[in-house]
Amino acid sequence: MKLTQLLTSAAVALGLATTAIAEDKTKVGFVYVGPVGDGGWTYEHNQGRLAVEEEFGDKVETVFVESVPEGPDSERVMTQMALNGADLIFTTSFGYMDPTINVAKKFPNVKFEHATGYKTAPNVSVYSARFYEGRAVQGHIAGKMTKSNIVGYIGSYPIPEVIRGINSAFIHARKVNPDVQFKIIWAYTWFDPAKEADAAKVLIEQGADVILQHTDSTAPQAAAQAAGNVITFGQASDMSEYAPLPRVSSIIDDWAPYYIARTKAVMDGTWESKSTWDGIGAGMVGIGEISSAVPADVKAEALALKAALADGSYHAFTGPINKQDGSAWLAEGETADDGTLAGMNFYVEGITGDIPQ
Amino acid sequence: MDLSAINPVLLVASLMVAATPLLLAAIGELVVERSGVLNLGVEGMMITGAIAGFAISVETGSPYVGILAAAIAGAGLSFLFAFLTQFALANQVASGLALTLFGLGLSALMGQGYVGIRPPEMARLDIPVLSDLPVIGPILFSHDPVLYLGLALTAGVWGFLKFTRGGLILRAVGENHDAAHALGYSVIRVRVLAILFGGACAGVGGAYISLIRVPQWTEGMTAGIGWIALALVVFASWKPWRALLGAYLFGGINVLQLNLQAAGVAIPVEYLAMSPYLITILVLVIMSADKSGAPASLGRSFHASQ
Repeated sequence: MKLTQLLTSAAVALGLATTAIAEDKTKVGFVYVGPVGDGGWTYEHNQGRLAVEEEFGDKVETVFVESVPEGPDSERVMTQMALNGADLIFTTSFGYMDPTINVAKKFPNVKFEHATGYKTAPNVSVYSARFYEGRAVQGHIAGKMTKSNIVGYIGSYPIPEVIRGINSAFIHARKVNPDVQFKIIWAYTWFDPAKEADAAKVLIEQGADVILQHTDSTAPQAAAQAAGNVITFGQASDMSEYAPLPRVSSIIDDWAPYYIARTKAVMDGTWESKSTWDGIGAGMVGIGEISSAVPADVKAEALALKAALADGSYHAFTGPINKQDGSAWLAEGETADDGTLAGMNFYVEGITGDIPQ
Repeated sequence: MDLSAINPVLLVASLMVAATPLLLAAIGELVVERSGVLNLGVEGMMITGAIAGFAISVETGSPYVGILAAAIAGAGLSFLFAFLTQFALANQVASGLALTLFGLGLSALMGQGYVGIRPPEMARLDIPVLSDLPVIGPILFSHDPVLYLGLALTAGVWGFLKFTRGGLILRAVGENHDAAHALGYSVIRVRVLAILFGGACAGVGGAYISLIRVPQWTEGMTAGIGWIALALVVFASWKPWRALLGAYLFGGINVLQLNLQAAGVAIPVEYLAMSPYLITILVLVIMSADKSGAPASLGRSFHASQ
């Protein structure tokens, strides 16, 4: 086929495609921080997108842009999506918070949903999951399973969401093992396999035999597997290709029900700005299967903890808990309020090191 | 703070791994620059080698075939550069930059189906007695074969440049291509071969990251190592052993700063993160205070009619 012919047919195809889009289709956009194949955070958001497509079929059209850097670049991507006629845009990383608010101001008729942030507007909702409930289960297993009493933790950025996870894991690890220590490395990235692998290797060399990660790639899992005798937990996604060892369990984000509900709300015209923060109970946070490498009694305890968190009979931050400097935070039996949790910027007592400012 | 948690033996062993991609790329580029060609496309050739090596070893199941494919892919991309600069006489700086951009885009395209896949593992060296020796065992005798290839290449390039007739010709071409031409040496042929060698080295360096160090494929995963290799060649005064020193220094401080962070040293993370760049440049600048300069014909195009 000649080039001109090819171009003509392409143009015709494009024209057909454009006319084929019916007027009443709801267009939903997704902005991803990593590639959809990261096997973690972005992968699960993309599963949510696919679930929306499956649920509504022809009535919905979804678009996504992957590996969008947090910051000004994301503003450009969102603007482009809004200009292309998106009715609802999900921005799926903490760093998109201000860009989302900025773009939302310019497009009052487009609905925005920002994940893990705290700034809302009439057309901006926020949603997040109580990952710290899953971290409590991980902390329990980590505290029981560690032999060196050193748990390595790969943090991404020192933001409340990550600090909350560290605190929750630490509290529950200490509860079952008073000698446990946390070593924390801040990677300053959500997704950089080389950096994550290096961080995991260093933690293992310094004696950690449990690696918790708050970064999105499977590189730490690979590093743990190569080292042997180290256990890990899947982050955001099940990462079951590394089960039963090193991956012994995982936190799974399940965004599909929320994405479907919100898309439905836009279709029905019932969408309004709100803040959603669901945990294990509502199914937004799942605990991946606890593998055969975990002793049966530990597994039973972990599942009991999960059940208590799910039905609300136990809160992951229940006093007495002191802050790192020794000052009292929660009294006996007191539970943390959502406001403090949302803006958490301190370690609890027992964690060494400082949060980078 | 607990510095005793840092194990110096493991630190040395892992700095050698961290430094290998950098060393391979720098040694290749050193040969290229010694022949009088400045190829700024190292980053592009590395990332192309990274995905080519990854894809081929996933398909064939053999990491060794993957490494070979990475060398071929890197050399293939560098042949494009060689064609542009040696036959079409294009500007070397512009062609090199274009090669980097092209390589990054090409690798992203090629890698689309390979995200999130686990490559086959490359066995580490395991010599019965030697690998079990304390201290020396983990540092010298328990790495993957490519790491030793990097060291062998350094020694080989040093010996080639210093002792062989071929090395002398290569240096002559780099210092004064008109004189070399007048003596009857084929300047273009020498340079094309040097460029291909540099491309192959960069490709293997890239594959080392995607197959051994991480091991996983992601877009842009070389993350600037190619540029550091370029700087390293200059600061190493175009001498192989200094390039090795620079690469180990860079890799070492990179690993050390993570270790310090994990040990809870009260230095802000940002300072630790920039320290490898600062210290490597500082040390090499001080070392290059002697008079060893760049090859005199570096970056100049050659045509027999001029």
